[in-house]
Amino acid sequence: MAEPAGADALVFAGVSKVFGAGTTRITALDDLSLAIKAGRVTGMLGPDGAGKTTMMRLAAGLLRPDRGRVHVLGEDITKTARAVQSRIGYMPQRFGLYEDLTVQENLDLYARLQGLAAAARPARYAELLKLTALGPFRARPAGKLSGGMKQKLGLACALLRVPELLLLDEPTVGVDPISRRELWHIIDGLRVAGVSVLVSTAYLDEAERCDEVVLLDHGRVLAQANPAAMEALLQGRCFKVTHPTMPRRALQQTLLAQPEVLEARLDATSVHVLLAPDIPPPEIAGAAWQGVAAQFADVFVDQLHARRPARAPVAPVAAMAPRDHAPVLQVAGLNRYFGDFHAVKDITFEVTRGEVFGLLGANGAGKTTTFRMLCGLLPASSGTLLVAGQNLLKAPAEARRQIGYVAQKFSLYGALSVAQNLAFFAAAYGLRGERRARRLAWAEEEFELGPFQAMNAADLPLGYKQRLALACALLHEPPILFLDEPTSGVDPLTRAEFWQRINQYAANGTTVLVTTHFMDEAEYCDHLLLMSLGASLAAGTPAAIRAQAASADNPDPSMEDAFIALIAAHEQTIRRAA
Amino acid sequence: MNARRLGGLITKETLQILRDPSALGIAFILPLFLLLLFGFGVSLNAEHVPIGVVADHPDPTTDPLVAALRHSRYFEVRPLPGLKMARDLLSRREIDAILWLRNDFTRQTLVNAPASIGLIVNGTDANTANLVEGYVMQSWMIWLAQQNQVASHPLGLPVALQFRIWFNPALRSQDYLVPGLIAVIMTLIGALLTAMVVAREWERGTMEALMAAPVTMAEILAGKLLPYFVLGMGGMALSVALAVFVFAVPLHGSVLILALASALFMLVALGMGLLISSLARNQFVAGQIAIVVTFLPAFILSGFIFDIRSMPMAVQIITRILPARYFVSILQSVFLAGNVWSVILPDMAMLALMAVFFLGVTLARSHKRLD
Amino acid sequence: MWGRLVALIHKEFLALLRDKASRFVLVGPPLVQLLVFSYAATFDLSNIAFVVVNDDPGLAGRQLLARLTGAPVFNQVATLPSTAGIADFIDSGRALMAVHIERDFTQNLLVGRPGPVQIIIDGRNSNTATIALNYANNIVLDFEAEWAAAHGTPPTPATLVMRAWYNPDLLSRWFVVPGIVGLLTFVVTILVSGLSVVRERESGTYDQLLVSPYRPWEILLGKAIPGFVIGAAEAALITAAAVLWFRVPLTGNPLALALGLALFLVSAIGIGLMISALAATQQQGLLGAFLFLVPAIILSGFATPIANMPEAVQYLTLLNPMRYLMVILRGAFLEGDGIRQLANQYWPLAGLGLASMIIAAWLVRRRMY
Repeated sequence: MAEPAGADALVFAGVSKVFGAGTTRITALDDLSLAIKAGRVTGMLGPDGAGKTTMMRLAAGLLRPDRGRVHVLGEDITKTARAVQSRIGYMPQRFGLYEDLTVQENLDLYARLQGLAAAARPARYAELLKLTALGPFRARPAGKLSGGMKQKLGLACALLRVPELLLLDEPTVGVDPISRRELWHIIDGLRVAGVSVLVSTAYLDEAERCDEVVLLDHGRVLAQANPAAMEALLQGRCFKVTHPTMPRRALQQTLLAQPEVLEARLDATSVHVLLAPDIPPPEIAGAAWQGVAAQFADVFVDQLHARRPARAPVAPVAAMAPRDHAPVLQVAGLNRYFGDFHAVKDITFEVTRGEVFGLLGANGAGKTTTFRMLCGLLPASSGTLLVAGQNLLKAPAEARRQIGYVAQKFSLYGALSVAQNLAFFAAAYGLRGERRARRLAWAEEEFELGPFQAMNAADLPLGYKQRLALACALLHEPPILFLDEPTSGVDPLTRAEFWQRINQYAANGTTVLVTTHFMDEAEYCDHLLLMSLGASLAAGTPAAIRAQAASADNPDPSMEDAFIALIAAHEQTIRRAA
Repeated sequence: MNARRLGGLITKETLQILRDPSALGIAFILPLFLLLLFGFGVSLNAEHVPIGVVADHPDPTTDPLVAALRHSRYFEVRPLPGLKMARDLLSRREIDAILWLRNDFTRQTLVNAPASIGLIVNGTDANTANLVEGYVMQSWMIWLAQQNQVASHPLGLPVALQFRIWFNPALRSQDYLVPGLIAVIMTLIGALLTAMVVAREWERGTMEALMAAPVTMAEILAGKLLPYFVLGMGGMALSVALAVFVFAVPLHGSVLILALASALFMLVALGMGLLISSLARNQFVAGQIAIVVTFLPAFILSGFIFDIRSMPMAVQIITRILPARYFVSILQSVFLAGNVWSVILPDMAMLALMAVFFLGVTLARSHKRLD
Repeated sequence: MWGRLVALIHKEFLALLRDKASRFVLVGPPLVQLLVFSYAATFDLSNIAFVVVNDDPGLAGRQLLARLTGAPVFNQVATLPSTAGIADFIDSGRALMAVHIERDFTQNLLVGRPGPVQIIIDGRNSNTATIALNYANNIVLDFEAEWAAAHGTPPTPATLVMRAWYNPDLLSRWFVVPGIVGLLTFVVTILVSGLSVVRERESGTYDQLLVSPYRPWEILLGKAIPGFVIGAAEAALITAAAVLWFRVPLTGNPLALALGLALFLVSAIGIGLMISALAATQQQGLLGAFLFLVPAIILSGFATPIANMPEAVQYLTLLNPMRYLMVILRGAFLEGDGIRQLANQYWPLAGLGLASMIIAAWLVRRRMY
């Protein structure tokens, strides 16, 4: 490690970067300056389009700044890119693996590219395979690894020759909680070894594991500090709110309607509130306020709130629709095979009217397969599937009017404008005359799509794509709403806003089935099904699932802790059975 | 260039080729498919053309003429009773031509007044019509020669015309189509395959990882070029073997020159493929561009089917910038004529120039950056 | 319900016409192919380069040469002192043909003996060689007739008088351009319908359609009708270009042509939808379309007659809708055919169309999951 402790591993000085040409120019970085200290783990957070990936690529010498200078490990990257590249490690968002090459072949390739001497390779391979626990899979093609294993292999490839600076671009997206933890263990080990690490992430809780955090927005640095110090600044503004009678979700809606409340999140047992600075808690009859420590999510909201227009107005909760507990979705003994592969294993659950039901699990857990069978997009291999009393696969087409559907990645007609997309879906569901006009006006207002009407759906910012997809699915006022990973890739603020809407529709009597790989979103659901490798790990209310995982060491586990504990237990049962 | 890094890239590419059935398919199955399709499906030699013969008064003078037609492999003779029926059959496309010997045919020839033989062809397919005319003329000449022998006095055929067709005496169209087709196939392997595999690296995000590694752009390009060069030459060898052993196309020139010219052309095609992929980072777009700018011109403007000499001058000038044109010319010469240096040297020089141009532009355009 | 179907078709058109890449597929390749094929795809020889070795000191040799050089298709590039130089010209391709008039040509003719003339032709392109040979033969025949008339020797016992129906000047373009109408209609229709379902499947919107109240046949119709309209528009445009720009006569019944094209479009769309149903990505769709189009065009009679193909291949072409369209196009353009004369082409096309649509519908339904 050539850099003396305390020196800067990475320096951006007045860097600007603009993409596109002509009328569609996007400013990714806007006169950005910052310095990242050597020997530390620095986290980079920010909403979509904040410029995180552009910064990573500039630091790796893959982009040239339009203005300003980028110094990496003391050298100007634009002048000596290749020399610098032999001293850094870089893992791009999709890990940069050759899917048809085996684990060993991927390692061989990157070892040669990074100039690792042949004699040094066996020892280094052994070390990395041990670190990543990939030893048993050396001969497996990278494409056949799970998301978490790919991530670790990508990391191993970036670490073959111990880098002085390691750049990780969203390494934990879509990866299961266990793999995330393992990745952070590896990063902690690197910190001990003196490697400087810059990691961008969409998970706010990961910020707390960094020595320093950089908050980016619109290509500028909002804040750069130690996360604990940032949280400390919010001392006295964070509260845990409980109410003896009001359900948590209704309490959350009530709180959000208060002008003083910047943020109200559902917590394990209460509502976590962030207030605007220097304001006492508002009076809500019966609500108990208890001051708590700030979380990094509060920092994020607080920092971004100052620069964002006020949050979308949320209609007050209408009188709660009566819950008659009539089952709307019934699934029993559901199985699905793809050839020999048992993708969904004997799943059973029931969803009642007005309920938000979540299917949770990492990528590849079988959520989407289950989801597609429910929508009638995929026949089940065996089992019962009833949506409003019918199997959508066999029921007449009219039965599908019952459901609204938001596909993964917000599938819209990219070449059509926002207005054309809405008009098409209105027609597809047979909306006509006054109702059509009313619903289109509703969609435009509710989702603030007015300014984007003429824009092509493909060109919308991700958050607005999500809104448009939701608008299209809700135009015909379906009693049941299916959402497949509706928050994937969306930044934490947009996610929170999205859940607020969903809870509001549920409160009005819409039944919602949603899949997600964000464990913290479990709190927004009434009931959950936790899935892993096609099987059900646990089912029930979030509180019940957490309680299942509670232990002496961890009496009040988070959903993520619960997930990890349940998987460990599940694996043990499998092992015992074998 | 660092041998260790280049070796790593080449190993990776080779493994990918071996594991990806579509690459091997394009390199080996596609040549097989196209050669069989064109070798058997495309023939410009009309054979067994149905021809209606109307002899108003068949007699010993007309019979040998009809017999000459019958003996020609080009015709399927249908004797017909009258012209009306013949015209009817022609308009219904049941026959392609009518040979009409009027009732005064024999009388006229006996008094040495020229009798006219009427030939009516369906001119819709102008090329076939031309061929039919030529074939009828050949049969007619045979008949005249026979008449000359039996006649007491020489009949008027003053010129002893002797045709000598060089290089392809039987005028087999396959002998010129198959070598030309090899150029089209090499274009597909070189340009289309290469453009698509590079685009695939962009799509899957592996290019980003490669570029962040301490390799040079020249190494990345060479790591693509060399494996696909070998693959292309393999496809070339397969095509040549098929041409010689399945389609019995003679190979008069030297195999070495053929290999050398193919190697040059392969470099040009790979250069075009790499250049396209530096413009389009998506397999779909790269594939479309490759088909439009390399495959179609190689197909139509290279002289593979349509003789460049028949094209309008403006189009002929355009063909001069097409690498396939030079390769087709070399192939047709080396296969059918032999080592014709006056063709091979200038064409090879053009190919070498183009290889340098395309590879040079690609190298100059490729930066180890994403923007 | 019709309103819903109209919305589906409207959406399909918007998706096709608003996207730059799709717009390009509709306009670019057809335009390029129309120009390139019409101007470059020709077998007519207009400029046959030849060299002369004239060893005959007499008049007859000069007269024969004068006829050759006077013919518009021949272009003398050199006069060589001896036959030794011929190889150089032919090998290098500087001349396609060499004419060698031997020493006693005139003398022989004058005494009534055949005068020897040799013509050497470069056979590398067999088709070009055949045509050049025909031209040369015709010129020699003309010379003979003239000589006979002038010298009172017996004329040739018969002359060959050729008449070509439908295309009296035997222009390649009259043959090629109507074929292009079919070719381009085919390519565009296959691409539009072949990529339509798979594009939606790739972008995920296909699922959106499937969970909507649309019935499978409505989705199929919503995909088929835009393909039909675009194919028909393309065919009409190119037909207009053929008649107005390339001056190919449309001698038959335009309705017969339209009927043939309409029937053809149905089968082309059916095949396109089959490709679309089988492909998982647009790339596979494109590859599938390519792998189908190339043989279908080669084995359609577009460039070379089906009659020249091996018998087994000829039977195979009976399954190729392009084959029937080629006959219809050339019948309607050049041969003056009406609906009655083309009936034999309509039935198989209608049958193929029906079969391909049924298979496509079945495949699309099966691949919905």
